[in-house]
Amino acid sequence: MALGLSVIFGMLRIVNFAHGAMFMLGAFVAYYGAQLFHLPFYWALVVAPVVVGLFGLVLEVFFLRRLYGLDPLYGLLFTFALVLIIEDSMRLAAGALGSPYAAPPSLSGATNLGFSLFPTYRLFVIGVAIVVCIVVWFVLERTPVGARIRAATEAPVLVRALGIDTQRLVSITFAAGVALAALAGVLAAPNQNVEPTMGDKIIINTFAIVVIGGLGSIGGSVVTGFGLGLLQTLGAVLFPAFNDTLIFLVMIIVLLIRPSGLFGTPASAK
Amino acid sequence: MTSTLLGSRRGAIVAVVIVLIALALPKLVYPVLAIDIVAYALFAVAFDLLLGFTGLLSFGHAIFWGGAGYVSTILIAKAHLPFPLAVLAALVYAALLALIVGAIAIRRQGIYFAMITLALAQLQYFFAYQLGEWTGGENGVQLSGRGTLFGIPLENDVAFYYAVLAVAALGTYLVVRIVRSPFGAVLNAMRENEQRAVALGFRVDRYKLVAFVLSGTLAGLAGVLFAVGNRLSGLDGVDWHTSGKVVMMSILGGIGTIFGPIVGAGMFESLDYFVSKTAIGDKTNIVMGTIFALCVLLFRRGIVGELLALRSKRSETG
Repeated sequence: MALGLSVIFGMLRIVNFAHGAMFMLGAFVAYYGAQLFHLPFYWALVVAPVVVGLFGLVLEVFFLRRLYGLDPLYGLLFTFALVLIIEDSMRLAAGALGSPYAAPPSLSGATNLGFSLFPTYRLFVIGVAIVVCIVVWFVLERTPVGARIRAATEAPVLVRALGIDTQRLVSITFAAGVALAALAGVLAAPNQNVEPTMGDKIIINTFAIVVIGGLGSIGGSVVTGFGLGLLQTLGAVLFPAFNDTLIFLVMIIVLLIRPSGLFGTPASAK
Repeated sequence: MTSTLLGSRRGAIVAVVIVLIALALPKLVYPVLAIDIVAYALFAVAFDLLLGFTGLLSFGHAIFWGGAGYVSTILIAKAHLPFPLAVLAALVYAALLALIVGAIAIRRQGIYFAMITLALAQLQYFFAYQLGEWTGGENGVQLSGRGTLFGIPLENDVAFYYAVLAVAALGTYLVVRIVRSPFGAVLNAMRENEQRAVALGFRVDRYKLVAFVLSGTLAGLAGVLFAVGNRLSGLDGVDWHTSGKVVMMSILGGIGTIFGPIVGAGMFESLDYFVSKTAIGDKTNIVMGTIFALCVLLFRRGIVGELLALRSKRSETG
């Protein structure tokens, strides 16, 4: 989740408020897929990111593209408007109440890890998350496309002068970032209700993770995301009432000590 | 200052129209909606002091609006404090909160500033949610009555509206004075070119913090008017959608124009109300979101801002 946001911001300098909405859409695609076409869970993991990614592509090409030359704040505001529209449209289509989405039987139950029992589904999610992180890292750091994306982030004008279509790169990156959010949405669907506001809860946390890790830093958001996930699990045991606030407290402390985020460089903070 | 409508003839016309509408408002719409509109107008003006005149986008202004609303209603309902004392306490709360939030948030700029203010506002939201015995959780804090001010009961909605209007007018006047003061000039300089302001020897962070506290306190005042006017403060007030709403109002009306946010708040609230009366009912967010999205894409200067641009274009060609 934070990964998609970080990729998009690093590349496009657009903060995507609608990321939470994309997350929610991903879960809904999986849900409707199962309801209407008996789409199995594993297929949903593929289909939902593709569908939502295409939707993101349309948004990028028709709307966001107009906002690139401007202050990034306008991107933030535009995507906020998108959140309102998408969320209410889903409420209209699906109702405000959530619907459950079951994990496949092969992943339900618990696995004995030797030292403790752990829900199999959680293990699966963690596994997928690790694989996705490695893939994204590999694509960005070790492939020609990734090199171009990074180059386009650093010096768009020069990259364009070299004959590379940066506009297309930007569109693809945005779609990929959105697809990652949708994937996260599908993965989260069995753990919580599929409902129009499910993206809200997560977007703010994601923002905090990204601020702590440093925007545009992929490694940073991954490490922070996992670290905070761990912290919240611990927090749920130790101080259950204030678990939701923990992440913000961490953010405040990090900002006071290292204003540019744990993994951000001071220059990129400007 | 060419960027505000104040002082120009067209500006005077806009001001007169706003005042006339404001005075007649309880006759045009039902009085509590009128109170809402004026409270939101003050909220938007306070917010615009930051965005329009200092160049800081706070995406967590609901923290002051909702927070001060809670403090005032809790003090009136639970501690039975008289109205003026409760308001004072709420303002102190908003100012202290603004000091803390501001001190943290101004360490970063632009997008980060927005995200930090949002996250901190959300922190208060969770506290409000958890501290149900004080805040009433999902139900909010209800007031059985508004209390009295200097012995005058405040129950009459129309009379209360005019009191709110007077306070909001004072608040707006205060913002106008701030913007036109030497202090306001420094804020403007920081917005235009922060590094140059630093080079000129201004302690930029101090100025930002003071602007933040002023804006937050005024937003708190607006929140108190809203909460007491509705005899209710709830989780909606501290939710991030409220933070987004004030951003939308300001941009819709036109940031940095003083009157813009007022116009934006008026339009937004009345549209919201009338749309919710029609067949699409509770789908107002679709309508408001679409209008706002178009506004960001096409009319970034907002309604009043576009009017102004039209005027200066005409005076250039003619």
